[in-house]
Amino acid sequence: MSESKDLITIKDLCVHYPIRSGFFNRITDYVYAVDGVNFTIKAGQSYGIIGESGSGKSTIGKTIVGLEKATHGQIIYDGYDVTKRKNRKKHKYNKDVQMIFQDSLSSLNPRKKILDIIAEPIRNFEDFTEDQVKARVAELLNIVGLEEEAMYKFPHQFSGGQRQRIGVARAVASNPKLIIADEPVSALDLSVQAQVLNYMKKIQKDLGISYMFISHDLGVVYHMCDNLAIMHRGKFVEIGSRDDIYNHPQHIYTKRLLAAIPQVDVEHRDEHRAYRKQVEKEFTENQDKWYDEDGKVYDLRQISETHWVALPDAGEEK
Amino acid sequence: MGFVIVSENSLLTIQHVDTAFKVNGQFYNAITDVSLDLYPDEILAIVGESGCGKSTLATSVIGLHNMSSTEISGSIVYHQRVVKEDGSISIKDHELVGMSADEMNALRGNDMGMIFQDPLAALNPLMRIGDQIKENLDFHTTMSEEEKRARVIELLDQVGIPKPERVAKMYPHELSGGMRQRVIIAIAIACKPDVIIADEPTTALDVTIQAQILDLLRDIQEEKHAGVILITHDLGVVAETADRVAVMYAGQIVEVGSTKQIFENPKHPYTRSLLRSMPQADSENDDLYVIDGMVPSLKNMPQKGCRFAPRVSWIPVSEHEEDPVMHEVEPGHEVRCTCYKNFKFPDEEQVDEQ
Repeated sequence: MSESKDLITIKDLCVHYPIRSGFFNRITDYVYAVDGVNFTIKAGQSYGIIGESGSGKSTIGKTIVGLEKATHGQIIYDGYDVTKRKNRKKHKYNKDVQMIFQDSLSSLNPRKKILDIIAEPIRNFEDFTEDQVKARVAELLNIVGLEEEAMYKFPHQFSGGQRQRIGVARAVASNPKLIIADEPVSALDLSVQAQVLNYMKKIQKDLGISYMFISHDLGVVYHMCDNLAIMHRGKFVEIGSRDDIYNHPQHIYTKRLLAAIPQVDVEHRDEHRAYRKQVEKEFTENQDKWYDEDGKVYDLRQISETHWVALPDAGEEK
Repeated sequence: MGFVIVSENSLLTIQHVDTAFKVNGQFYNAITDVSLDLYPDEILAIVGESGCGKSTLATSVIGLHNMSSTEISGSIVYHQRVVKEDGSISIKDHELVGMSADEMNALRGNDMGMIFQDPLAALNPLMRIGDQIKENLDFHTTMSEEEKRARVIELLDQVGIPKPERVAKMYPHELSGGMRQRVIIAIAIACKPDVIIADEPTTALDVTIQAQILDLLRDIQEEKHAGVILITHDLGVVAETADRVAVMYAGQIVEVGSTKQIFENPKHPYTRSLLRSMPQADSENDDLYVIDGMVPSLKNMPQKGCRFAPRVSWIPVSEHEEDPVMHEVEPGHEVRCTCYKNFKFPDEEQVDEQ
């Protein structure tokens, strides 16, 4: 695992939104959407970012693709700082990092045929003839299990699951190295969700793409990702391997999230419920133990080779 | 029907209900021959994919269809509990199918409450939270203004909203999604209804908030001895909260049983397929199970034979019934069609041969 090379390194990334108010509309405060995040994405690996709505997880994704401007910090790709627009273009960063959106209908242009939707990144980044483009689109549709004829249809002629697969095909079109998937299956039914996830997994295996999976569905993330990061209040509270997070969670917030996932275990549901309430109680009562005096998350501290937790210094623990 | 509890005690008796929608001048059945009972003190979950008729069933009960383009046949009887002056309880039956709008309005909100999926769409953006809750009380009770105001605060407090006096004066956009859903619940329970219908109440919420809302729903149901119909597609939610489960596919109920029966001993191929396609802890590196094909659309709904047959094409035709009916497997557990008896997933067969 550790042999694969670093694809993208994120250093102290901050995204702050100004709050304006008063007569002159002056900036009076900031929303700290993302507040100092460090993290490395390795080639061919999958990363899950989990958090509640408003925790800043989508903002991280958007900042990495360049849809949002970083207030502070660096995104280093191939040795270059790509937070600057000029560098992104020069080093083909835009081609190598693609995104899959949550709402498949609003992310596909309703007036364009599927052929043109999927071909857009190809036409932008590759020097293909129109026949080659068509052949490539057919190949991509094939990868996500759709008929070749689909390229002559419009987005509204497809079901939600099919549309999301078209979104996947478009993201894969430019042969990217990293795909950022922001809640790609949360609007889909169970069996359709399974289908999209299977295709995403297959593509990763065949093409060696890294995924950054942003979701609040811990079951899906568990299924898809080897490395997980839990986010709260714009910072990571815990980073670790799948086993670290699910079996040895350290931070109370991680425990709280895990306890809140409904379990398909009818026999023990009362015990699970009691445990959840107990964790919830500890979370609300002992805020000061897990967060600093401003209610912010502590800096991450390494506790094993793969596992980092945001806890106060070791001496103060418990 | 062969339920454990005799149906005289039930709150709702749904029998042979068909609901059809008009599409291009022709009626198509969205749900066909649905029979179900709802008892007090229980949460009955209805699960299935989108397009299987879960919400249609709920809106048929509570009468929210546009009757000019909808046809409902069959019978839905609501057994209203009326407390007499001497304290004894008598039961008054109301037939909900074909009920006049006035009679329905008297029951809806008072005896039956509904919780909607999208709390922002369900709340009036131009009305204060307190007034929206009070609206229900205005219509159904004879309380004085003072009493109503006190009741609104009490309700907001009950659904776990901090500083209820302040929130009552706020507008919906000032609240978070979880808080809005609590307000919807407060409106639904304002008149202490016997029947609460919750249509995907937590789908738009985070897991931690979802857990709180489900706990709240359960507490309210226990306190009022109400019957709750919980519509959801999240099997985890069902396993955690429901007492009984009805699985719907293509407008029909294909399996009914207690939560334990459904999750530990699922029979119908559809139930088994659904459970199998869930991403779970032990499935990390395998492919998830995908059900072949998709739910037929309203116009293409097969009216004969087992509706799930096209999606389990490896099962021979002889296994299905010509006109599938419900069969009792154990007390309280019923399955439609006979195809469950020898049903195996394609990859299971290989295991058996070895």
